[in-house]
Amino acid sequence: MDLKELYQDIILEHGKSPRNFGKCNNHNHEAKGYNPLCGDQVQVYLKINEKKNVEDLTFEGSGCAISIASTSIMTELVKGKSFEVAKKIIDDFLNMIKTGSEMKSKDLNEDQKIKIMSLSGVKQYPMRVKCATLSWHTLVSALDGKKQEVNTEKVD
Amino acid sequence: MNIENIKSQFPIFSKKINGKSLVYLDSSNSSQKPLSVINKLNDFYKNEFSNIGRSIHHLSVNATNKFEETRMSVKNFINANSKDEIIFTKNATESINLVASTFGQQNIKEGDEILITELEHHSNYVPWHYLRENRGAVIKFAPINEEGDIIIEELENLITPKTKIIAITHLSNVTGTIVPVKEIIDIAHKKNIPVLVDGCQSAPHIKIDVKDLDCDFYAISCHKVYGPTGVGVLYAKKKWLEKLPPYIGGGGMISEVRKDRISYAPLPEKFEAGTMPTAEVVAFNESIKFMQSIGFENLAKHEKELTNYALEKLRKNNSVKIVGNPKNKAGVISFTIKGIHPHDIATILDEDGVAIRAGHHCCQVLHQKLNLNATARASFGIYNTKEDVDILCKAIENCRKVFNLK
Repeated sequence: MDLKELYQDIILEHGKSPRNFGKCNNHNHEAKGYNPLCGDQVQVYLKINEKKNVEDLTFEGSGCAISIASTSIMTELVKGKSFEVAKKIIDDFLNMIKTGSEMKSKDLNEDQKIKIMSLSGVKQYPMRVKCATLSWHTLVSALDGKKQEVNTEKVD
Repeated sequence: MNIENIKSQFPIFSKKINGKSLVYLDSSNSSQKPLSVINKLNDFYKNEFSNIGRSIHHLSVNATNKFEETRMSVKNFINANSKDEIIFTKNATESINLVASTFGQQNIKEGDEILITELEHHSNYVPWHYLRENRGAVIKFAPINEEGDIIIEELENLITPKTKIIAITHLSNVTGTIVPVKEIIDIAHKKNIPVLVDGCQSAPHIKIDVKDLDCDFYAISCHKVYGPTGVGVLYAKKKWLEKLPPYIGGGGMISEVRKDRISYAPLPEKFEAGTMPTAEVVAFNESIKFMQSIGFENLAKHEKELTNYALEKLRKNNSVKIVGNPKNKAGVISFTIKGIHPHDIATILDEDGVAIRAGHHCCQVLHQKLNLNATARASFGIYNTKEDVDILCKAIENCRKVFNLK
């Protein structure tokens, strides 16, 4: 496989200048994720309003280009979505990375689909899948209001 | 010494990785195996296999002899006094656990201190942590300086009347620091404190002489010394092995078993319960023969040349930062590249057939000290060449290209 399929410009760019980085004001949900194999860690901060919409979504943490880009793209795509839609997008993404399935979600526009598909090359690199999925699992945990830290060695 | 000739003794180098020749720079993690070791494993299972110890039959007697021949070779390899001081374990990790557990039972009570260093691998920290958790021991860390050398005066200052044991690595698997263990052992022994040396990284690179070091315990993983996985060695002074209680209980380590009492086998069997990795121990003798056929002088000269060549070449690259600059450095080079995370480096290098390791290398305390989450690490074995270093440097340049860095 060509490395450029993994390290597409869009990933490098998000890896270098991540969006929604930092702690957002008035967040009411948060979760921590940790990958013990490499030491990468991520915290996601969520503001969910009374209509159960994800009003704000930001993150802090350190990691490789794949992990930072995946998290940055995740925040862009999920921010503004309802709780249910957010869950659907996450499932869709995790399925894509694990099984190579297409993104089925009708809640993303073409531009957003191109962005998320840029991460699909990761499935060719089994050792790197957890880099891409850590923050998504962490977001699930934050949405569900779970207290326990997400650990890549303890999720599917 | 003809390195190509040595490389040709390792079948793995005839394999292609991603269509490229394998440049294996992960020997600190585990070394590749020469054909003689692989053949011995195969041969033993095919023609000689039996369990060792108690059976009377021909195969068992032969297997027992072969097993004990390796013990004798190890004794000579590290210059121990007696073959009774050589205990076979699963790996260095188990060797250290054996000491921490049995020494701890006998000698550690609440408030007692165990002195280790900031360089230690998790395998020479976690077993001592159990004593902190279970017996209320205190663990102290001798600090390192920016170069990655242990500050000996500070280590000395951390010794108190409560210090019960000192456990130190002989060679750091991150900075490549060769630790002056003899000096530390002298300091410790003046205060009657025993010293365990984690020799996991040093055994394939440095001539070990336990008599000269005068260490109390020395731990080795055979898979890093061109040997099979599943075998480790614990060297311990006989006085300790006689005094310490057994570690794992079961068959083979007993003398007499009754309903109301059990007595234990003499050394070394006292510490070798259950069926041992027989074929692997037998095959490890071939690893020692392989090391001896090269000779530590030739090996040290080759690895020194290679390390200096690599350091010089990598230092010319402004984007590469080498971790640590110890006084005495072995062929272990950890580095970072500006703007590229070590995991991305490892993935990109792998495409060029270059196998390195990325992460914290089981040294999280050291990485915290260095203020780094992760590093990339290239580590050498006897089979590496200057050409391997050239390919590494070229592959590093390619990382920058993939990342659009100028």
